[in-house]
Amino acid sequence: MIGLSHYLTVAAILFTLGVLGIFINRKNVIVILMSVELILLAVNINLVAFSTHLNDITGQVFALFVLTVAAAEAAIGLAILVVFFRNRGSIAVEDVSMMKG
Amino acid sequence: MPTVHSVLPTLAPLIPEIILSVGVMVLILYGAFRGERSVEGVNVGALILLLLALFVVVSQAPGIKVTTLSGAFIQDSFAKVMKALVLLGSAAAILLSRDYFQRERIDRFEYPILIVLSTIGMMVMVSANDLIALYLGLELQSLAAYVIASFHRDDLKSTEAGLKYFVLGALSSGMLLYGSSLIYGFTGTVSFPGIVSVLNENAGFGIVLGIVFVAAGVAFKMSAVPFHMWTPDVYEGSPTPVTAFFASAPKMAAVAMTVRVFIGALPDVTAIWQQIIVFISIASMALGSFAAIGQRNIKRLMAYSSIGNIGYALIGLASGSEEGIRGVVIYMIIYLAMTLGAFAIILSMRRRNEMFETIEDLSGLSRTHPWMAFCLAMMMFSLAGIPPLAGFFAKFYVFAAAIKAGLVVLAVIGVVTSVVGAYYYLRVVRIMYFDEPKAPYEAMPIGSLVVLTLSSIVVILFWLLPAPLVGAAGAAAKSLF
Repeated sequence: MIGLSHYLTVAAILFTLGVLGIFINRKNVIVILMSVELILLAVNINLVAFSTHLNDITGQVFALFVLTVAAAEAAIGLAILVVFFRNRGSIAVEDVSMMKG
Repeated sequence: MPTVHSVLPTLAPLIPEIILSVGVMVLILYGAFRGERSVEGVNVGALILLLLALFVVVSQAPGIKVTTLSGAFIQDSFAKVMKALVLLGSAAAILLSRDYFQRERIDRFEYPILIVLSTIGMMVMVSANDLIALYLGLELQSLAAYVIASFHRDDLKSTEAGLKYFVLGALSSGMLLYGSSLIYGFTGTVSFPGIVSVLNENAGFGIVLGIVFVAAGVAFKMSAVPFHMWTPDVYEGSPTPVTAFFASAPKMAAVAMTVRVFIGALPDVTAIWQQIIVFISIASMALGSFAAIGQRNIKRLMAYSSIGNIGYALIGLASGSEEGIRGVVIYMIIYLAMTLGAFAIILSMRRRNEMFETIEDLSGLSRTHPWMAFCLAMMMFSLAGIPPLAGFFAKFYVFAAAIKAGLVVLAVIGVVTSVVGAYYYLRVVRIMYFDEPKAPYEAMPIGSLVVLTLSSIVVILFWLLPAPLVGAAGAAAKSLF
């Protein structure tokens, strides 16, 4: 029987993959954008699973808001990436390094 | 059968947000129709909107506490004070930007519009009373901020700053959300009063994990250590007026949001989050003092300075008492004045259409521009916490609250790091007063002059009349307990 803990585990694994994707990835900024989406979708799995488990609609409403914001966020991220590519001629992660911090 | 009237939520507490939202849509249309000729009009319009919203916020009756939108939005004295600060910071960001953007030829009407959109997001963050409203406000603020960080779109540094800010900001929102989902799952509610009524001292592992993730998310937004790494790069790369904006209004909102979450939603599990806040506070103060020593770029210096200042403000939150929160609010009021004053001067370091950004470029400023040097010296003395300037009182109130709450070690570390920090602030003063002068800079633009005058008055004369600000901060803190 698949219960709440299974969903939470899947979400936790996806979330970890997303975070690792941002930090370990040395190739491409697009991969980072995909990892961000992975994080947000992991959160959505969590919210919907809790919502069903608690028999409370709030979690699903929250998930819809997250989806909407994720779309806006992806649009802005890609726009900034395009502008960056015009200036730098590359979207490799190691080229995002004019300033050292 | 309910009437339409009873279905509609009360909109009175939302009037400042509604003014800004409707106004900004009008400005977008105006900008879209008139094109580049509308820049002046949109800037003036945005400034008027912000000041109008400020007037409405300030004139709200004192001591009220209303919730609306099914409890998602709260209007109280704390929100009133923090919103006033946010609006002042945003208005200053528009005033400071005019001259700079015209000379850099990036004078577009989108900037004031994005500032106002970001301000609406910040006001929702300040007034959020549940996790959904908090997230939506935060995202509205952040999404607008990502765009204005890369506003100089033909400049590699600016777009790189925007990209870094976006990636790390999105990660932090993700962590905050993951924490929110856990808190929702293990308490069964997203509303802050609901969470308070469910939680008790022996909270389970899920709650603790949720609080840790939420703390990581908000620490990111406040640029507190260990989630500060974006700050120096974003501050250096963004156009300078944008840096001034990032260092002022969003900081106010991020700190207000942190206080709301920890004091408003999690007051009964202080034991769990207090150690997190104490750690973040100590690490931020230490990094802010030590890492700033080697900096040559003054915008990077201000970035480390802002990290350190967040550490001091968090001392007040760590004490978790009403007095501590009063200290946080006073600290943020004074920090806003100090930062805006310092940036007004940084924005005036211009000679023949070239901006200067290193600390050495300030050398001998006392002989070429005695007043500017005097004001910057006062800002630096104040940031270093030297009496009788305002920065001393800001630190005094948070340290006093920490000692009263039994966090003596934290207060002592705070004093030690502020002595270390004094080294680099005083170095700026030494360079201005004792090094050989360079060619004079151009005259200060009018917008910067207004901001500098107002913030200098607050910083230098705070000790003469502290009662109004301290009283407002006291009322704000009281409304949370």
